[in-house]
Amino acid sequence: MSGTGGNRGKHKIYLGYAAGVGKTYQMLDEANHMLRRGVDVVIGYFEPHGRKDTIARTAGLEIIPRRQITYRGATFEEMDTQAILLRRPQVCLVDELAHTNVPGSERTKRWEDVFVLLDAGIDVCSTINVQHLESLNDQIWQLTGVRVRETVPDWIVDEAAQVELVDATAGALLNRLERGAIYPPEKARQAMENFFTEQNLSALRDLALRHAAHEVEEKLPETPSPLSSESQAGHECILICLDEEPAAAILIRRGKRVADYLMGSCLALYVLPDLDWERLAPAEHEAVEKHLSFARNLRIETHVLEGKDIAQTIANFARSHDVTQIFMRRSAPKGWLRSFRSGNVHRVVRLTRDLEVTIVAERSPQTVAAFRN
Amino acid sequence: MPSESGRRPNPEELLRQLQVEEQRNRAGRLKIFLGYASRVGKSFRMYDEGRRRKMRGQDVVVASVQSKLTPDLLDLLKTLEFIPPIRVTLGEKAYEVLNVAAVLQRHPQVCFVDELAYDNPPGSRHSQRWQDVRELLDNGIDVVAAVNLQHIAEQQDGVARITGKRPAQTIPEEFVRTADEIVLVDVPPEELQKRDASAGADTRPLSELRELALLLTAEVVEGQLQSYLKSHGLEMRPGSQERILVCLTPRSNARRMLERGRRNADRFHCELLALYVRQKNLSSSDQAAIDSHLALARELGAEVHFLETGNPVTAIVEFARVHGVSQLFVGHSLPRGWRGFMSRNALDRLIRASQGMDVRIFPQPAGT
Repeated sequence: MSGTGGNRGKHKIYLGYAAGVGKTYQMLDEANHMLRRGVDVVIGYFEPHGRKDTIARTAGLEIIPRRQITYRGATFEEMDTQAILLRRPQVCLVDELAHTNVPGSERTKRWEDVFVLLDAGIDVCSTINVQHLESLNDQIWQLTGVRVRETVPDWIVDEAAQVELVDATAGALLNRLERGAIYPPEKARQAMENFFTEQNLSALRDLALRHAAHEVEEKLPETPSPLSSESQAGHECILICLDEEPAAAILIRRGKRVADYLMGSCLALYVLPDLDWERLAPAEHEAVEKHLSFARNLRIETHVLEGKDIAQTIANFARSHDVTQIFMRRSAPKGWLRSFRSGNVHRVVRLTRDLEVTIVAERSPQTVAAFRN
Repeated sequence: MPSESGRRPNPEELLRQLQVEEQRNRAGRLKIFLGYASRVGKSFRMYDEGRRRKMRGQDVVVASVQSKLTPDLLDLLKTLEFIPPIRVTLGEKAYEVLNVAAVLQRHPQVCFVDELAYDNPPGSRHSQRWQDVRELLDNGIDVVAAVNLQHIAEQQDGVARITGKRPAQTIPEEFVRTADEIVLVDVPPEELQKRDASAGADTRPLSELRELALLLTAEVVEGQLQSYLKSHGLEMRPGSQERILVCLTPRSNARRMLERGRRNADRFHCELLALYVRQKNLSSSDQAAIDSHLALARELGAEVHFLETGNPVTAIVEFARVHGVSQLFVGHSLPRGWRGFMSRNALDRLIRASQGMDVRIFPQPAGT
């Protein structure tokens, strides 16, 4: 991770499963090693959270001062990307990759700032927790009841040169929390009542370990390319069928996740019913646009077709694009669209005899509650 | 490679799990730092924990260190009390045997042991170091120890396939699984190569070892979570783990469903289950078909279950829920397949009832 060598900087990600597992600690430890080897490393952004052991590890490392941004009368601090570019270190440390910048910043997300640094040939070390991966958002919600707001598209982690898992046991984490080593007492107490339970933490840790294993597999050298003859037969292509409901976002995340794990490709299709955009209510139109741009952000190729017969349009598209699996939602929408969308699952199944259709669950913690009683 | 991982427990495994739980009731607590290769930094992480525990007021000693100590490790070790091993020379070979008697006499709160896989010379108190550690645990001393994947006996076949090497000194995997805590010490292979020229230029073997270590740790964590849930009367919540259930019938496209299931299970590193809801009065050809489907399921490493019931939809959904299934594979009968298992109506009910899991519908072979 030292030296700028090629044109683009290398990205190394420290992957954890909760605040306090030691991602930043580990990153700083390595920065100190680099410093001793003579690497020009600086801290671009560091979130101390008042953790003494971690703060002690910043001693001797150069910190680029943060930039102050005023928003609605309050002052916020963000990473000063411009200052880092001017300073031009070999390696820059950036904490909390999933952070969303305050409005008025040049870029919306911190990972976009990281990309600016990488593009300028600066190596970046950053930290993230597994629950911030976009494709896991619904599963995390289902599991913990917490909807994680700050997410990053999975491809950012997939594309990183290196991913290092930072592991700690749930028990050790809870001890740290109790000792006040992670959050101040009041916040720690709240955390333990909600997110930081033994069950949640162990389940998240399991997810992080398995995701790290997945990343290792994905980054294996000499993986046969999807085009090689050996894997051609087994190549999966998932088609995500979008509709006008907000829940279609779940379909996009899940479809992408499954495609990634199967090392396949992924397409998204919206079929406009009745050939007429005018018939869509503004909210419906907006929802469709939102889904399409969300899919594109996750690097899914999107298509929009018009078709009176939605199922037939989907089936034709699937056949002409060598789709192997079609992802659809369970429920039909209400209102005028119902007549176009209900029964489509069956029709698609019938029209695409050689394909598989997956009805994606609407994962939510309420589902769990319903199971309980 | 991952096909051996993540099965649901069979009776033997259940027995083992019971043993695990018994073991966890030992007087002392065992914590293991697991690495996928040497030089990943296990010892450093371990002694750094020793330093921090000591700072928090715990009574810490070190009873075994590795033979090659880097300056970093030496600095850390200087801050900790050391109980020297017994040095034994037999012929050409020099041994360092953990001094169990001395540690027991000193009786610290926690004892740090590096190189857990170590064969003691003949005539020692125990033939292997992990047995020394077990005695310390039985006597109420907590132990923090470090070990590499290739020294775990049950992992050696997998490791040998990757590296062509099989280290002589081993510990039983059960000892790792019975640890109260396991921590994976991870580092990208490229870093290892930088640290150690002997690591070789090809990162592939290191990556494969790393994947094995990550998955073993995930399994141990999952096992611990399951015993925690059981002991607290809690149910596994969906969302954390993938689990695939293939529902078979005589006329289903079993090969395709099972092969896809196997592949998903491998890629998601999860368990594959197969379920057959028994149907009455099967024709002899249907009976033969289902028998061969079930044999294929077993061959592909699926855990096979049977249910006797009047209402397959309810039974399948309940079974899937209890087993934490996230992906349910079913066959769909095409219009003329009246003997097909999922009529449109039944499929609708299944989709509605199977909340929280994906339902993947496979077309059944034409003409059935």
